[in-house]
Amino acid sequence: MSAQPLVVDAVTKRFDATVALDQVSFDMRPAELFGLVGPDGAGKTTLFRILTTLLVPDSGSATVLGLDVVKDLWAIRARVGYMPGRFSLYPDLSVEENLRFFASVFGTSIDEGREMIEPIYNQLEPFKDRRAGALSGGMKQKLALCCALVHRPDILFLDEPTTGVDAVSRREFWDLLDTFKASGLSILVSTAYMDEATRCDRVALMQQGHVLAVDRPSVIAARYPHPLLAVHATERHALLRILRSYPHVASVYPFGDKLHYSDSRTDPGVDAIAAEVRSFLATQNVSGVRVEPIAPNIEDAFMELMGAPEKLIQAAA
Amino acid sequence: MRESGGGGGRRSALHAFVIKELRHIVRDRQTLTILLLLPLAMVVLFGFALRNDINDVRIAIVDASPDAATIALRNRLSGNPRFSIVTVARTTDVVEPLFRRGAADIAVVFPVGFGESLSCGTSTRLLLIGDASDPNTASMMAAYVNAVIASYAADRGVNRQSVQIVPQFRMRYNPTLESVNLFVPGLIALVLMLVTALMTAISLSREKERGTLEILLVSPLRPWQIIVGKVMPYLLLAFANVITALVAAWLVFHVPFRGSVVLLLGSSVLFAMVGLALGVLIAALTSSQRAAMLGAIVVTMLPNTLLSGLIFPISSLPGWLRPVTYLAPARWFIVIARGIMLKGVGMSYLWKEHVVLVVMLLLLFTAAVKSFKARLA
Repeated sequence: MSAQPLVVDAVTKRFDATVALDQVSFDMRPAELFGLVGPDGAGKTTLFRILTTLLVPDSGSATVLGLDVVKDLWAIRARVGYMPGRFSLYPDLSVEENLRFFASVFGTSIDEGREMIEPIYNQLEPFKDRRAGALSGGMKQKLALCCALVHRPDILFLDEPTTGVDAVSRREFWDLLDTFKASGLSILVSTAYMDEATRCDRVALMQQGHVLAVDRPSVIAARYPHPLLAVHATERHALLRILRSYPHVASVYPFGDKLHYSDSRTDPGVDAIAAEVRSFLATQNVSGVRVEPIAPNIEDAFMELMGAPEKLIQAAA
Repeated sequence: MRESGGGGGRRSALHAFVIKELRHIVRDRQTLTILLLLPLAMVVLFGFALRNDINDVRIAIVDASPDAATIALRNRLSGNPRFSIVTVARTTDVVEPLFRRGAADIAVVFPVGFGESLSCGTSTRLLLIGDASDPNTASMMAAYVNAVIASYAADRGVNRQSVQIVPQFRMRYNPTLESVNLFVPGLIALVLMLVTALMTAISLSREKERGTLEILLVSPLRPWQIIVGKVMPYLLLAFANVITALVAAWLVFHVPFRGSVVLLLGSSVLFAMVGLALGVLIAALTSSQRAAMLGAIVVTMLPNTLLSGLIFPISSLPGWLRPVTYLAPARWFIVIARGIMLKGVGMSYLWKEHVVLVVMLLLLFTAAVKSFKARLA
């Protein structure tokens, strides 16, 4: 059997006139935590549905655990764990009843799956008689993960597992994914949160059905082509307008309480550019200005890639 | 940890599915209560409120020349507990105002020299005027009055020609014209359709809407296992409903039960399965709970009440509509249930209807499994 848990080769899927996935290709290595990163409408859910045998691609092919997603439907279904995007357990059943049901559906039991789910089940056990609908968002996600893992799958598909979950629970959830990855499980996870992308081994950046880049998050961030500054001022809105009028601007966009400013020039050093911007802002009577050079992160890289998708598809190819 | 024994043990997928489905039903207390009380409520409501029996026919008598014969017939009418004589007048002028005020339902108009004609044996005419603003009721009342007149004529030994008599109705298996007897089999059909088709359609489309169906599909469960696991608990519920309806009908209205209970229960299960297959098919073809619910009502409830003979006799439907009634499963089940309950007949008389239901079941089940795909649409 192929050592690669997942191979996606030029998968295309259309819904009427809309192209949901356009020639998507990437592959996963064993025990890799792989992220599909992109905004809503990028095609992540469609891709998950193709990989979990729920949809058939219009063209291209994909293998999961060496099995073809179109031909080997039932063989794949017995060996994957899948957590769809929407909360998908039975709210009127208790934690334990949900878990036992999904174990039975896969022909196993909680006891047999116990070792696999131990790290999460320990957290859920105090609430095992509680109705799933009465759990907090974070606990619901953990229960859903537990149900997707109870039959000891060889690969795990998680479609936006942390959407709508608070920051602390999100971090805990990703800690759990690290634990499972360490035990040898291959995990494909999608997210719209950039901070989560950095927790993946590798990511595929997706937009409108295209894969813009596939690599380690740090490599993608390092590919960012412009000098980058974080700029702060008392009035952010005015600052945004003024910076966009600066002659050498490449892009300006809000980032937390600051603006990220990238310069179209590469020859002056980033410190020199910072000094020029500082003096430019002084002439524009902007108050409370702080300008500091920063290293680009993956979100900066993604914004850059999204800005010019056509050009970058060529670059990636 | 309390995970010994059954707690963490292995359970077959189908078994687990049925248990899970029963939990959904039992935990939705409100729906369950409604479903369990529904047959009771319907039998009682239909039985008391919607019966077609006429109990108080208000008669206006117009007798221009009273004689022994008219008085005798008048006494007969007033002596019948269903009738009350509101007025006795000389001319027909009084009839119109009475009808307008809604104070009389029917007028019996004696011709001049009624008794004389009868004694001579010559033909005589008796005019019945009904308030036809409610034609069904009016014709039924006319039939009641006719029956009394006919019995008077018979007692007088007068042959048919002498007193004009409209052909009388005879209800062979329901001689007292108790419409509740006819309603109960139809009600069982209605309740069964409601519980099976509507509830499975809603429950299955709820899984679609919640996204749980997506997980179930990405599992080794085959579509038929999902369908069977889904409908089994509703079959149980339907069974309980049939028994409730029968017991209620028997206790409250003393509806006779002349045939085999086992056969009726068996036929009910067959009919329930048709409803379940229909429910699955509807859920497979719709994408939301709301659409499934409306679809189930349109496809099952309407034809099965209006075109099944439950409310309107099939013979009273326009000719072009009658063949359509063959498509309503309830039409066949009602014949079966009435046959078993009221006539006491068995399979030798009702095999045709059973065959039709079996064919319907096979067609619908095949269509349901086919349209319930192993993948998303």
